[in-house]
Amino acid sequence: MSFSGKVHKVGAHIDTDAIIPARFLVTTDTAKLGEACMEGLEPGWVKRVHKGDIIVADRNFGCGSSREHAPLAIIGAGIRAVVAHSFARIFYRNAFNMGLMLLEVGDEVNKINDGDTLEISPEQGLIRDLDNGAEIRIPALSPMMQTLIDKGGMVNYVKEQLRLRGE
Amino acid sequence: MAMTLAQKILQMHTDEEVREPGQIVECSLSGVLANDITGPLAIKSFRAMGAKKVFDKDKVFLVMDHYTPQKDIASANQVIVSRRFAAEMGITHYYEGGCAGVEHALLPEKGLVKPGDLVIGADSHTCTYGGIGAFSTGLGSTDIACGMVLGRLWFKVPATIRVNIEGSMPRWIRGKDLILRLIGEIGVDGALYRALEFGGSALKDVDIEGRLCMANMAIEAGGKCGLFPSDDMTAAYCRAHGTPDPMALAADEGAEYERVVTMDVTDMEPVVACPHLPENTRPVSELSDIRVDQVVIGSCTNGRISDMRDAAEILRGRKVAKGVRCIVIPATPAVWRQAMDEGLFEVFSDAGCVISTPTCGPCLGGYMGVLGDGERCISTSNRNFRGRMGSLESELYLASPCVAAASAVTGAITGPDAL
Repeated sequence: MSFSGKVHKVGAHIDTDAIIPARFLVTTDTAKLGEACMEGLEPGWVKRVHKGDIIVADRNFGCGSSREHAPLAIIGAGIRAVVAHSFARIFYRNAFNMGLMLLEVGDEVNKINDGDTLEISPEQGLIRDLDNGAEIRIPALSPMMQTLIDKGGMVNYVKEQLRLRGE
Repeated sequence: MAMTLAQKILQMHTDEEVREPGQIVECSLSGVLANDITGPLAIKSFRAMGAKKVFDKDKVFLVMDHYTPQKDIASANQVIVSRRFAAEMGITHYYEGGCAGVEHALLPEKGLVKPGDLVIGADSHTCTYGGIGAFSTGLGSTDIACGMVLGRLWFKVPATIRVNIEGSMPRWIRGKDLILRLIGEIGVDGALYRALEFGGSALKDVDIEGRLCMANMAIEAGGKCGLFPSDDMTAAYCRAHGTPDPMALAADEGAEYERVVTMDVTDMEPVVACPHLPENTRPVSELSDIRVDQVVIGSCTNGRISDMRDAAEILRGRKVAKGVRCIVIPATPAVWRQAMDEGLFEVFSDAGCVISTPTCGPCLGGYMGVLGDGERCISTSNRNFRGRMGSLESELYLASPCVAAASAVTGAITGPDAL
């Protein structure tokens, strides 16, 4: 199933303090966290976002702390997916556990322009910039990531494990 | 197969045969950690999973350290969530108030982590325990909830970057300088998805607290863990901290490394990381015109007793420069008590420092030393992202306690030799 959204480009090494500064970590509410999404990058950044938009980032997106509030803030802001050159590893796991789709594309990220509309087709392994016509091929997800997506995230995966144990 | 330390420890915790990097293995866990910020989210996931009990009430650690003592209503309410959960589950190792210290200083000190363990924590600096030969790594709260329920979790076998430390350590060089130099060389994503493994002839000169400090910052290079062998020094530390029979551990001869980095420390001078990334490193002598408003000595990186002694050695008989706030934060109640017994508080107090109770506080811009617009701080903590310690318009430099204390005296970034 493909989806499309407007691109908001950000730079390299966007850290979790930029995504959601520590002073906002006094709640676990997704919508509330979403209101402060990227507040550490630029105050009021989130006002430009509409539901279904896409963040496009350079290298090492999500570096820094293990706070799961970071993917939650992005989800809470209405962002559907993040495309990046590369992701920091804790953030990568957290995002899939929370149901936020991440796509790692390396240098090809430079083909995408800020403000363009991006169409993402995970099954076909394809990202298209509908404004400049650029196409980026993406590899299939690893089996473990696919399992998590199929089960609907880590919570459902563990629920099933508990059921299998008869608890 | 000849194994790296990372492969070896993962193998001890799984029935599957550990082979090449990239392989995914399911492992049993020795410990699962969460704090006052990440605990409530893990507990929320725990409930959503429909779990009724934790896998082992002695192996789940809850440490209320980031905003301790609770700084406001919201943070107090978050601690209530963890406190009630701990009581309901009968969790043995719940720490709050006068029992709480900065988690990554507290757990090794209490002997809750030992060589060969596999530990996960809902805090990115969980990698600290690599300093005593434990494979430990930071994860998000939902992975932690899974660990709390099942006592098992999947891991990708990481490729390893071997770091050999050679030469002889100059007087004022500490583990902090070595790890800052490494991050400066390989970059903040230089070890992304990988394990760092430390070795070399100069390792004998890096004490266990220095190793814990270095492993702590593996994540600042993107690393999954930073591993040290478990040698005689490790054994002595562990025996003194409640583990009577610690395991010796070393990588196999002929283990495969993705890359080998060698650092000769012989002529090294102290290293400082400049704003706004830990990779922006410079020798301290190049920064002498940078004035500071605040100095922080503490954190899970440098809040241990050797760090307090280092700071006191520099501050003894000297004064903090006029207009500078120097905040000293012993990381745990035991460090606090030891510092007091050794007379270090007298030194800090005479110098004009603020002496805090144990907390993560200012490191993450929480409280107890938040920076305002345009203010500049040199800190012994681990991360200097823009806005990390407060205002987006503030600046943060990272250094060892020796450099931080010397800078407090002059009011500008200063190496101990320049005093």
